[in-house]
Amino acid sequence: MRTALRRIAATTFVSLVLAFFALPMLWLASAPFDANPKIQVSLPGFTLDNFRVLLDDPYALRSLENSVILAAGTAAIVVVFAALAAYALSRVRLPGRDVLLYLLLLLSSIITGTAAMVPIFLLATQLHLVDSHLGVVLVLSGGLLPTAIFLLKDFTDATPASYEEAARVFGASPLQTLRHVVVPVIRPGLAMVGIWTVAQVWGDFLMPFLLLRDPDKAPASVIMYTFYTEGGQPDLALISTFSLLYSVPVVLMYLLVSRRYGFRFHGGIKR
Amino acid sequence: MVPATSTRTEAAREPVREEATDVVGLGRRRAAAFVAPALVLIVVFLVFPALWTLYLGVTDYRLTGLAATHPHFTGVRNYTDVLADGRFHNSLWLTLEFVGGSAVLGQTVLGFSVAWVMRERPAAVRRTVEALVLLAWILPGSVVAFLWLALLDRDGGTLNAMLGTPGTAWLLDHPMACIVVFNVWRGTAFSMMLYTAALGNVPPSHLETAKLAGASTWQTLRDAVLPKIRGHALTSLLLVSLWTFNDFTPFLITAGGPENRSEVMSAYVYRTALGEGRLGFGAAISLVMLLVNLLIAFAYLRALRRRRA
Repeated sequence: MRTALRRIAATTFVSLVLAFFALPMLWLASAPFDANPKIQVSLPGFTLDNFRVLLDDPYALRSLENSVILAAGTAAIVVVFAALAAYALSRVRLPGRDVLLYLLLLLSSIITGTAAMVPIFLLATQLHLVDSHLGVVLVLSGGLLPTAIFLLKDFTDATPASYEEAARVFGASPLQTLRHVVVPVIRPGLAMVGIWTVAQVWGDFLMPFLLLRDPDKAPASVIMYTFYTEGGQPDLALISTFSLLYSVPVVLMYLLVSRRYGFRFHGGIKR
Repeated sequence: MVPATSTRTEAAREPVREEATDVVGLGRRRAAAFVAPALVLIVVFLVFPALWTLYLGVTDYRLTGLAATHPHFTGVRNYTDVLADGRFHNSLWLTLEFVGGSAVLGQTVLGFSVAWVMRERPAAVRRTVEALVLLAWILPGSVVAFLWLALLDRDGGTLNAMLGTPGTAWLLDHPMACIVVFNVWRGTAFSMMLYTAALGNVPPSHLETAKLAGASTWQTLRDAVLPKIRGHALTSLLLVSLWTFNDFTPFLITAGGPENRSEVMSAYVYRTALGEGRLGFGAAISLVMLLVNLLIAFAYLRALRRRRA
């Protein structure tokens, strides 16, 4: 009797959890294919016309391009700079290294875009970085680098130094060793940090919202909020298809990560 | 370049490791050069803005007008103004509700419950639930914000259609409840994953013993499970609090309104500093936020160290 009750309770709980988490997402699955998309979830009269609306919009595809530029630019800087720093910090005992690492960890969690939006906005203004992709890339890199260095240093610490030792014995210069021995060995770590950075930048709203004025330069996260019809109503055909297209890369990246590196994200993957 | 004394003490303390670690023969100079580019970006775009906040907070800096070009030193007036501002008290209280309700209570309780119940479910059920919960977490913030706007819409929203309450303006009548529930939905994944991993570390024999002794679920949780996961629970609580406190997504759903009734800190600082152009005043609020972050982060690092010890 008690087990039966317990089973019923558990099943009810599971159903409620499923409903709670699925309900808001139903719209994303139905509206893009609905001939007459409404704000309410409904069984669609199936069509792909909404995607033509998307292709015809002058801002939609360009904003995705902008998102790619921001994500790729930030990932390039973060991966290269973090790899260099993490390697040096892992293998060379620089004075004050442990304090530096501790401070970096602390600072990156304290100084968030939300808490520091005022000085960041002013700094970008002073440096003439407002309305430039470079500005957003640099600001985001500065915020993501400490965590990236941490992830990569952990990774490098865990790889044995014997390959590097062997290369040195055979007369390779330090830089040769780095390029041909170290980079291939820590490649999975580099890929992980790269994907993590792309995921962070792809979804970020606040920094581009703050630092980019020109809608031609806005990434997908920001441009979504300009999709209104002439009547001032949200353009549902456009918003729904665009949301779907914008979300697909994140889901693909997640699937890639979970297949390649096991199912779990690293604990600090999301700030 | 490097102060000699510190080098010598450093070397004296760990002479062996020092020799052994730099296998490539990078040398200190080159190592420092490797760290420099990252450090420069971090200092300019992360550390400097935080320090600048201190200066900005004591000026009457504004976005436009005379004070934009020639800001004046105003001493601690911004800080006293902020601390005396009724809107600040309101925002502080709402933030407490938001963090306490959605992160500390909501995400943690729901995340743990899902992890606990899923242990004994068939793999297919478990994977479906986990996938949905994770999807809510990984979708871009702008997209999920719009999904919730659609769900809660007054005239055609799915929620009103389901509950048979047409015309109920959830976002106007209960803005805080909306963003709290939204954030539970958004962020439960992290707690779920963390407690799933933590529960995996509870020895099955403990649970068996509890079962044989006829312990109720509540007793089992309290006496067999909680002592094993207490460390995880504390660190995850602090981490989700930190993230929730700094989350800007509520702004995308209610924009702080109506009438400041959902103006949590992130929305408050944006609206005063960039909406109304009072940058000095906004910087003073920023400093308060940075201090709160500092407190949470210190508590987190202490808890982490105690767990490792």
